[in-house]
Amino acid sequence: MNTVLEVKNLQKSYGPKQAVKDVSFSISKNEIVALLGPNGAGKTTTLSMILGVLTPTSGSIRLHTHSLEHDRTAFLEQTNFAAAYAQLPGNLSVIENLRIFGMIYCIPDREEKIQALLSEFNLEKFRNTKVGLLSSGEQMRVSLAKAMLNNPQLLLLDEPTSSLDPSTAEIIREGIWTFAHAGSGCVLWTSHNMHEVTAVCDRVLFLSHGKILLEGDPKTLPEMHGKKNLEELFIAVAREPLSFDLE
Amino acid sequence: MKYERALAITYRYFLLVRGNWTRAFQIFIWGAIDIVLWGFITRYLDSVGGQSVNFTTVFLGAVILWEFVTRAQQGVSSPFLEDIWSRNLLNLFGSPLSVGEYLFGLLVTSILTSIAGFAVLVLFAAYAFGFPLWSIGLPVLAFLGILFIFGSVLGVVAISILLRFGPSAEWFVWPIPAILSPFVGVFYPVSVLPVWMQSIAHVLPVSYVFENLRSLSTEGTFSSSELLLATGLDFVLLGAACLLFVYIHRRALQSGAIARFSAESYSG
Repeated sequence: MNTVLEVKNLQKSYGPKQAVKDVSFSISKNEIVALLGPNGAGKTTTLSMILGVLTPTSGSIRLHTHSLEHDRTAFLEQTNFAAAYAQLPGNLSVIENLRIFGMIYCIPDREEKIQALLSEFNLEKFRNTKVGLLSSGEQMRVSLAKAMLNNPQLLLLDEPTSSLDPSTAEIIREGIWTFAHAGSGCVLWTSHNMHEVTAVCDRVLFLSHGKILLEGDPKTLPEMHGKKNLEELFIAVAREPLSFDLE
Repeated sequence: MKYERALAITYRYFLLVRGNWTRAFQIFIWGAIDIVLWGFITRYLDSVGGQSVNFTTVFLGAVILWEFVTRAQQGVSSPFLEDIWSRNLLNLFGSPLSVGEYLFGLLVTSILTSIAGFAVLVLFAAYAFGFPLWSIGLPVLAFLGILFIFGSVLGVVAISILLRFGPSAEWFVWPIPAILSPFVGVFYPVSVLPVWMQSIAHVLPVSYVFENLRSLSTEGTFSSSELLLATGLDFVLLGAACLLFVYIHRRALQSGAIARFSAESYSG
């Protein structure tokens, strides 16, 4: 196992309220892992901590040998993310945004890399268009192009297909799958679309009330718990988390 | 510190200014309006006040130099506000960009926008009212250095307030120089202030600039020791302001404010 990301005993409290409780997991090279759970389960909180924009109350996060706490820059140089709520500035064009983030991630041969990503995500015709003028699907493709500028070892995706039509969502999923399996990186993904999770992810982690309740292969896990599919399992976990907590 | 990262912040603001002329316009328009106003006031005062005081240097020079402070402050706070308005803080602080690199990028942006705005105002004052600021001589360079650093201090304090209280605190940013101007004696000697205001003036570096501007105008002399003291105070205040921003950034990471900033900016 080539572990890329290792999260140990992660906790986040806001006063007496515990948003994330003792979460531990790891992700290996070429693996796509989905973080599932109902709204408020702690998915985005967990992703925010791994992205370094939220300090954990306790626990550790490592990417290969780099600790986020002690080696933040090296950790984030090898990480990137895309989320529906974190689009790139709409008042700059696609190419301008990619150049700026290319500088921030200190990408060598920046122009060549940007050109390759524009082709890969079919953004060539929008290169000089302001991001704010693009549709939500096009904006997400720009965000994903930015997220792949540095060939990240860890790609964090927070509901990247939530506002997309089925065709665009399929293109995005293919791009993510290709990324995960072509290089040496891994993907941590949150989604409420159980069909896409079953189709794309190698492993799922069910989170409820800040705790991981279940973990396994999305194709076999539902049957192991007497459910027809992942959606049925999701509903059961969301409605009766205590019954899974005892397992 | 990787300068490429820091300069990405400067490059971003350059693209924004290049992409919309109204951003370039606001760099000098308010200063130009002040120069028109104070240019006519000084013309009137010169006509009734005789030769006893050089009102042009005292007032018009002071207006240009004070505008330079305002420009330096807004040179730091405007790019930060652009990041808030475009919900870009999460993208920036979720990247390898460090707080030091971000602040350095804002300061470089401020240097460039301040110099650009200042140059336009100086030329405008020289052309419209026959007041060449360079007639003050070499001390003006020391004045500008002190004023720029102090303006940057105000800018870093302003963005710290924004990061602490969120986008709704934006209105705090604009009046900061106006609130301080009575204390620093832009248009009058600090000695006319009540004692408690004088105490505040003594720790504000720019008050020494305006005192020395007046003394240059009336007596043709300036105090290099006061300017050195002002420079020292400037660096102490700049260090304190940067530490304040680092502290508030750390608190924002603990409270989740940066992660939530996008949503709050979006909802207004």
